[in-house]
Amino acid sequence: MHLKSAYEIREKYLRKDMLPTIFCPGCGIGSALQYTLRAIDDLGISPDEIVWVSGIGCSSRVPGFVNFDGLHTTHGRALAFATGIKLVNPDLKIIAFMGDGDTAAIGGNHFLHAIRRNLDVTVILINNFTYGMTGGQVAPTALKGLKGTTAPYGQFENPFDIAELAVAAGANYVARWSVFNYLQGINSIKKALQKEGFTLVEFLSPCPISFGRRNRMKTAPELLRWYQKITVPLAKAKKMPPEELEGKIVIGEFADRNRPGLAREYEEYKKRAKKMMGWEE
Amino acid sequence: MIIRGDEPEQLRLLRKLYKPGNYFMQGNEAVAYGALFAGCRFYAGYPITPSSEIAETMARELPKLHGYYLQMEDEIGSIAAMVGASWTGFKVMTATSGPGFSLMQENLGYAVMTETPLVLVDVQRSGPSTGQATKGAQGDFFQARWGTHGDHPIVAVSPVSVEDAFWETIRAFNIAEKLRSPVVVLFDGVIAHTREQMRIPDVSEVEITYRKLPKNEEEAKLPFGGALVPPMPLFGHGYFTHVTGSTHKENGLRDVYTQEVHDRLVRRIHKKIEEHEEEIQKWEEYFTDDMDILIVSWGVSARPSLGAVLKARDDGIKAGLFVPKTVHPFPGKRIRELSKKVRVILVPEMNLGQLILEVQRYVNDDVLLKGVNKIGGVPLRVEEILREIRGVA
Repeated sequence: MHLKSAYEIREKYLRKDMLPTIFCPGCGIGSALQYTLRAIDDLGISPDEIVWVSGIGCSSRVPGFVNFDGLHTTHGRALAFATGIKLVNPDLKIIAFMGDGDTAAIGGNHFLHAIRRNLDVTVILINNFTYGMTGGQVAPTALKGLKGTTAPYGQFENPFDIAELAVAAGANYVARWSVFNYLQGINSIKKALQKEGFTLVEFLSPCPISFGRRNRMKTAPELLRWYQKITVPLAKAKKMPPEELEGKIVIGEFADRNRPGLAREYEEYKKRAKKMMGWEE
Repeated sequence: MIIRGDEPEQLRLLRKLYKPGNYFMQGNEAVAYGALFAGCRFYAGYPITPSSEIAETMARELPKLHGYYLQMEDEIGSIAAMVGASWTGFKVMTATSGPGFSLMQENLGYAVMTETPLVLVDVQRSGPSTGQATKGAQGDFFQARWGTHGDHPIVAVSPVSVEDAFWETIRAFNIAEKLRSPVVVLFDGVIAHTREQMRIPDVSEVEITYRKLPKNEEEAKLPFGGALVPPMPLFGHGYFTHVTGSTHKENGLRDVYTQEVHDRLVRRIHKKIEEHEEEIQKWEEYFTDDMDILIVSWGVSARPSLGAVLKARDDGIKAGLFVPKTVHPFPGKRIRELSKKVRVILVPEMNLGQLILEVQRYVNDDVLLKGVNKIGGVPLRVEEILREIRGVA
């Protein structure tokens, strides 16, 4: 793959009057955004065919920085808003930029049901184990023992594995990488954008300011090294006993299937309705 | 392809499916048909008594009209999906009842802030909480007005009969589209489940409005300013519109740090409703030219109120009736004028006193203001209101 310079990508797709971004030094959201824009660029998708949606949180600010149609909505609700857009205009591609709290806590139900109905959307999930924007509160993805301002003695609840949830709920494509795995990340987003139905690319993404500082990893490199330590490629994980996988995060492609998406299913449904009424198409 | 509802193919389908004439129809069905005639082609909802027949009618009819029906995972998602479809060019509606209306308040505020046209039907039922889930009430008067947080205007209409529900729903859509604003239909479980005669008109009798769209790139650059009601650049038209519930500049881009930007935005959102108040406000008056006692009542309670006024006049008591069809913004100026003619104002309603608080703001202390309140899921009876009228006559 030929990689254009980041400058070129920025010039082409970002809203200049919204820069600089709000992202802290060492934040991984910019990387995930760059991967997404590179994927769009590589695929040659015209920006007027894409709508970006988001909820609330650091990652949800992305639609404000990109020069596309964008809907920056309420906390956790992005996929519900996206459902209305996609259904009535199936020609549009939807990219949802979401955080882990946005997706798995307040938006958990919308997330599950968007997957169940196989809403045609590509979710770029920024998983940093924390509520960064509100100052580092513990998130539903935080592994046991990790600290946050609201779990000062270490998280005592079990975490959600969002990628596994998505696979179980029936998503067409699910992949997880850390932002360190940039080529895999870009390729996964490209795959996701070309597929019908629900697609999810999750990124473990460093948040040194709100998360790292409280967990003895004050800089992005420390967090990236930690990702390397705790992540296990899927092929390897399959051969490992469960106790060895305790506290690890599996990365790779978890699902790649082709169930019909919601937009197509609805058009079929309309045809069925007319047939059942005896109307000739 | 966007469906506005006034395309020749849509008019042909409406004529084919719903022949003009008299029908015996339920209030909820009338709301649904009103929406279809108004051009609504997207509905997202969640089942809740006593509103579910609206969803059921839309689920049955919308696919025939090339429209879209979705049953969402909850009420929060329902109104969210509506906002998405509205920005993609569709007229949208949902229907719910008290508990669901509470859940929708979050994104109702979002719709106000992003100036998204939508119609939200609240079939009021007896609360608080689950209360008497199957019984009608009028307890959401202020939930409609102040349910979502922050300074915001709201438009709410309230029908008094099955036929009225059809026309008021159409009016709600026209206001929503014209002013780029959410509009609430404050319906109630009693009329919603009442069956009575109503006339389905020919489509030519129904005037419908569609939002103003930008005529060129220049206009599309200011989706939130430049005019009292700015044109709405829809998604997928290459305008690269950014829509956010955060405070934004006229071009849609976020700016939450400048006091003037917030002030300008929120004041304009208020002003667009205030400046159109006369156009939005609608009410009915009976015997108000010659009266000593004024009855102010709304929705289902306006019906026994009219019966009581007629009987009182048979007895020689000069009673008059004022029925606001637009309850927000409340037609207070007219109430102030009328209150100068009377010594007593009675306000019958199926709650413990909500509309009466709005009336109170426009009435001098020398007028006796008294509520006629009934809760428990049973509508007020003519005799109950008549007794109160006689008591003050």
